[in-house]
Amino acid sequence: MSEDTTTLPEGAAPDAAAAAAEAAQEQSDIFNGTGRTGLRNARSSDGNDTRAIPAFVFGEELADLADVDPRVVVLTADLARANRAVDFAERHPDRFFNVGIAEKNMITVAAGLASCGYVPFAATFASFAALLGCEQIRTDCAYPKMPVRVVGHHSGVSMGFYGTSHHSPEDLGIMRTIADLTVVCATDANHLRALLRASLDHPGAMYLRLGRGRDRDVYDEVPDLTIGKAITVRPGDDLTIIATGTEVEPSLRAAEALAESGHSVGVIDMFTVSPLDTEAVLSAAARTGAVLTVEEANVTNGLGTAVAECLFQSGTGQPVRFRKVGIPDAYVPVGPPAALYAHYGLDAAGITKTAKEMLV
Amino acid sequence: MRHPEDTQPPTPDQLALLADRATFIRSETVRLAAIAGAGHYTSVFSIAEILATLYYGQLRLTPDEPRDPDRDRVILSKGHAAIGLYPVLADLGYFEPSALDDYTRLGSPFGDHPDMKKVPGIDFSSGSLGHGLSIGVGMALGGRLGGRDYRTWVLLGDAELNEGQVWEAAMSAAHFGLGNLVAVVDNNQLGIDGMTRDTMAVEPLRERFESFGWEVQRVDGHDVGALLAAYAALPDTAHRVPQVIVADTVKGRGVRAMEYSPDWHVGNLVGEDYDDVMAEIAAGLRPLEARA
Repeated sequence: MSEDTTTLPEGAAPDAAAAAAEAAQEQSDIFNGTGRTGLRNARSSDGNDTRAIPAFVFGEELADLADVDPRVVVLTADLARANRAVDFAERHPDRFFNVGIAEKNMITVAAGLASCGYVPFAATFASFAALLGCEQIRTDCAYPKMPVRVVGHHSGVSMGFYGTSHHSPEDLGIMRTIADLTVVCATDANHLRALLRASLDHPGAMYLRLGRGRDRDVYDEVPDLTIGKAITVRPGDDLTIIATGTEVEPSLRAAEALAESGHSVGVIDMFTVSPLDTEAVLSAAARTGAVLTVEEANVTNGLGTAVAECLFQSGTGQPVRFRKVGIPDAYVPVGPPAALYAHYGLDAAGITKTAKEMLV
Repeated sequence: MRHPEDTQPPTPDQLALLADRATFIRSETVRLAAIAGAGHYTSVFSIAEILATLYYGQLRLTPDEPRDPDRDRVILSKGHAAIGLYPVLADLGYFEPSALDDYTRLGSPFGDHPDMKKVPGIDFSSGSLGHGLSIGVGMALGGRLGGRDYRTWVLLGDAELNEGQVWEAAMSAAHFGLGNLVAVVDNNQLGIDGMTRDTMAVEPLRERFESFGWEVQRVDGHDVGALLAAYAALPDTAHRVPQVIVADTVKGRGVRAMEYSPDWHVGNLVGEDYDDVMAEIAAGLRPLEARA
C-alpha cells in the first residue's frame, strides 16, 4: 500500500533533485503515516512547500482563465495557501477576495457578485463549504441559478488525522439532492484544469469537489470533457468500476491488477455526480452485468446510491451484480489518509479485493 | 416623484406624495393578504415609509430595463415583507398590477418571499434571514470592480441582526471599504416571539455598527422627511466606509390594534375587520399611542 513512499538513502548528501524528492517525502509522510523522529539528514518542510500537492493547479489555472475572461473572480476563507488561490491572488489581486474565516459570508458574497455578471469561484475545505455553507449554496446559488462555483477541497477523509470536523464524507450526498446544482469531482490536475475551463459557461451553480492536491495522474493531458458525460478511462467486459474523484486512479490500478489475473475490468470516471450520466451507467451494466461503484464519500446517498437508483429504475429487467465501496455511515477513526483508504478498502488493493468477490 | 439626483429639500407636495404611497403600500398589503389567506402585515407596516421614500424618492430605477447594470440594487433581506414591495413594483411599471390578482396561487410568480427569477425589479431572492447583507457586499464589490457608481441597498429587520452571518458581512463590508453599500435597519423592535430586546437583544445598534467600522445615522423610520434627509446625507459612492441607517419604527404602524403587537406578524383580516383596517389605513398615520 505504500506506493507514495520513496526510500531515501540515510546519510547520503542529497543533490538538488534528491532534496526536492526529500521535501516531498516529508509531505507524503503525513499522507502515509511514515514520519519518524531522528532523521539527521532530512530537511524540514514548512507550509510553503507545494511540491507534494501537484494537483492544486486551481489558482494557477484560474489566473490563466482570468487573463482572458474578465468574469473570473476568486474568493476564499483564509485558506488561500492551502488551496493555492494565492497563485491567482498574485496575478489578479483586484479580483481576489479573502473574506477571512467566514464561509457562509463567502458563498453568499459570491452569489452577489454572480448576480452582477461575474463567475466567482469560492473555495474552502469541503467540510465547511458543503456542510457549513449548505443553505447558502442551496438558497443563494442554486435556487436563483447563480453561476457560483463552490470549490470544496480536501474532501472526503483526505484530511486524515485532522478528524471528523475536517472530513466531508457527507458532501456528495447533500450536494446531489440540491436541485439545479451541478456536482463534479476533479480526478487529477489535468482534469481539474478541464473542469475549471468547462465551468466558465456552464449554466447555474456548481459544486466542485477536490481532493487533497496529491492526486496521482490519470490524464496525461487536459482531457476534452463535457460536464454530465462520463469518461470511459478503461474498457472492460467482465465488470465495470464506476468511480469518481480521487478513487478513479486506484480503481484503474485495481483494473490493471485484475487484468493480470485474466479479468477484463472497465473503469468509468463518473466525474459528474449530478446530473448523473445514466446512459453511461446503463450501457456499462448492459455490457458487463456487474457494476462496482467507488467513492471517497459516505455510501449513504453518494455516487453508489445514485448509480443504484439508476439501475433499479431502468426497467431493463436485466440482473446486475452491484456493490459499492465508500465510507460507511459512521465516523472515521484517527489515522493518516493512506491508512484510512486501506482501512475502508478504497485503495487499489481493497478495490481489487471487492472486485474479485464480484467476479467469482 | 422626486428625481434621484434632486439636491433640493423636498417640497410639501413631494412629502405628501410619499405619505400617500406609504398608505398605498399598507392597503395593498391588506388586499393581497386576503387573496392569499395570510400575510405579513406588521412587517410591511413598519417599512411602508422606508419603501415609499426609497422607491419614489431616492433609488436610481430602470423599470423598462430591470437588469440595467447601472441601476441601484435593493435587497429585501427581510423577504417576508415582499407583499408590500410587489405593489410598488407594479405601480412603477415593472409589471402589470393585474399580475398580482392571483398572488400566491399555484404557479404565480409572487410568493410570500420574493424570487428574482420570476419577479422583475427583484434584484435578489430572499427569505432566509441573515443572507441579504452578504449579497449586498457581493453586489457592492461587483459595482466597484466594474467601475459602476450604483448604490446597493439592503433592508434588514432588527431581529434579523441575531443572525451571525449579518456580522460576517458587516465585518467584510468595512474591510473591503464599501461606501457604495447602504444598510437600512427596520428597527421595529419585534420578532415573532415578542420584543427583540426580550428574545435576543440587538442594541446598542449605533455602537455595534460603529465598532464594526460603519458610519451610522439614526432616524424616525416613519418620518418621510427624515428618511429623505438621511439618504441625502450619504457620502459619495467612492467613499470607503459602509453606511447604515437605523430607522426606528413600530411594527404594525398605521393600524392601532397591530402596533407593537406580536399577534399580527402573520394573520388574515376578513369581513368587517378588513373594512375597518382599510378605513384606518386610508385615514393616514395617527399619532402613536403609548404602548401598554
